[in-house]
Amino acid sequence: MTPFAEAQHFAGAPDWTWYILFYFFLAGLAGGTYFLATVLRYWGTPADEPVARLGFYAVLPATLICPILLTLDLSHPLRFWHMLVNTTPDEFGLNFNSGAPMSVGVWALLVASVFALVSFLDALVRDGKLRHPLARRLAAFLEGPAGKVWHVVGSAIFLFVAGYTGVLLAVSNQPIWSDSWALGGLFLASGLSGSAAVLMLLMTRYRRGAEASRGFLEIAERLFTMLELVLVAVLVLTLIDDGTVDEAFGWPWLLLWLVALAGTLPGLRGLVGDRLRVTAGGTVAVERTAAAWAVAPALILIGVFALRAAVIFSAQA
Amino acid sequence: MATEIKPGEAYGFFTDTSVCIGCKACEVACKEWNQLPADDKGFLGESLDNTGELSGSTWRHVKFIDNVPDETMGEGNGKAFLLMSDVCKHCQHASCMDVCPTGAIIRTEFDTVFIQEDVCNGCRYCIAACPYDVIDIDDSRNVARKCTLCYDRLQGGMEPACAKACPTDSIQFGPLDELRDRAKRRHDQLQAQGIKEANLYGHDDEVYGGLNAFFLLMDKPEAYKLPNAANAVLPGRNNLPGYLGVFVSALLGLLGTVIALRERNRHAGEAPEPGEEGRR
Repeated sequence: MTPFAEAQHFAGAPDWTWYILFYFFLAGLAGGTYFLATVLRYWGTPADEPVARLGFYAVLPATLICPILLTLDLSHPLRFWHMLVNTTPDEFGLNFNSGAPMSVGVWALLVASVFALVSFLDALVRDGKLRHPLARRLAAFLEGPAGKVWHVVGSAIFLFVAGYTGVLLAVSNQPIWSDSWALGGLFLASGLSGSAAVLMLLMTRYRRGAEASRGFLEIAERLFTMLELVLVAVLVLTLIDDGTVDEAFGWPWLLLWLVALAGTLPGLRGLVGDRLRVTAGGTVAVERTAAAWAVAPALILIGVFALRAAVIFSAQA
Repeated sequence: MATEIKPGEAYGFFTDTSVCIGCKACEVACKEWNQLPADDKGFLGESLDNTGELSGSTWRHVKFIDNVPDETMGEGNGKAFLLMSDVCKHCQHASCMDVCPTGAIIRTEFDTVFIQEDVCNGCRYCIAACPYDVIDIDDSRNVARKCTLCYDRLQGGMEPACAKACPTDSIQFGPLDELRDRAKRRHDQLQAQGIKEANLYGHDDEVYGGLNAFFLLMDKPEAYKLPNAANAVLPGRNNLPGYLGVFVSALLGLLGTVIALRERNRHAGEAPEPGEEGRR
């Protein structure tokens, strides 16, 4: 029995509910999508570039909505900037508390927004939709090795944004959240899986000709699902150890967990059926309706949402 | 004799629950001095408690812990209620301070933990972190609030309102060293009288590095909803393992994308040319 095997929790619930849930959802998707778009652009084939740009287009709005949600969740929203600036008398300066994931995350989100904006503008220039000289100079700068470095650094920051949300919950004294160190990794894995689904959904609507990328996204999603399931198992084990597994998986949260697990079914089905082979649709254009293409990614995204809902709400019940 | 209050010295409360009579004078004095609104909770139906819990507008709360045994106890061993005037513990290792992203929670010149209301933006992270469920949002001001250990009174050389009002000296205010000596003497006295359940909580550094508001309890800490020493853990314990989990997950995710790219490219090489599929 570990020292914390009978953890006592007397902390009050912070009432982090819908705004935070949507924030965690979007942060996970934005983080994973930026990373996947970068991989497709710099390590994929030229045929992957349209989907990479689609990813960079999607990341910016998702990233910009995040701080709005966080601000709305504050009890005193007009003081949102107090996260960044210390307003304590005689201590005026920038705020950064490395021990508080919320503080670290706010800065990470701010920096990520800059990366999202630049990559968005770059994608617009590459698509010929933006011809402003400054934007074109920026895009020209990103054409060379600097672009690769920029996007790799941006990916690291975005992956952090996708995962730190779980650490934010763990660094507390709440039941369930503080009983496991696995939440950060789990949210990241789930965010990656959801991001692959987002790109598959978006290309179904906007890049029907870019089927070459679908194969990569499908296989990647299966592997992310595998990682996610392993981390769910780790979460269960850590919660059993602390005696809060009943709270996390009890009624009615079990329903949300079932939905979350249903979201892993497309990936599991692929792993069992096709393993790491590409399905026909992943290499060549095949006749399927947009609705048929959208079913699996939509299920995955619902699962990503339900996973976060189960974690957030069960601990505060 | 009134305590002389000097900045730079550590002050706190010693609450001796063995002499608490549940009169709630501390609650009233706290509300009155700090101009805290009434909670209007109505009749709770929970013993003599009509406050319920500590909150953004209730900074002192007398807990009535119903401990009436089903069977008649032996003479002298009867227990009815455990009474405890609960308050912010002003921890030396304060979880709320550790996680506050705005720097609103500070340690004062009296070694107490204080929330600057004009700095707090109501993120509520301190609520999730406080292991004693002390902090809450005051809906009338939309910021996190809790006991200030009467910071304004201390600055004026006065003891906190609750200690001043307590009719049985269950709540004692003073310099920490002096309070600890007093608590030890009282503990030893009760033990000598055969009251073996009497125990000190938070007087030493075993719980959150020591509590500036510490207690003499008449049961195990858990009975009062106080984490015992083994469970008095800081939220920051999950920082390193949490970030490591993210890092390892990111590496495995990266590995997954490398494998996915390789497999996709391999299969793309084997795949029929576009259009060929349609001819089959």
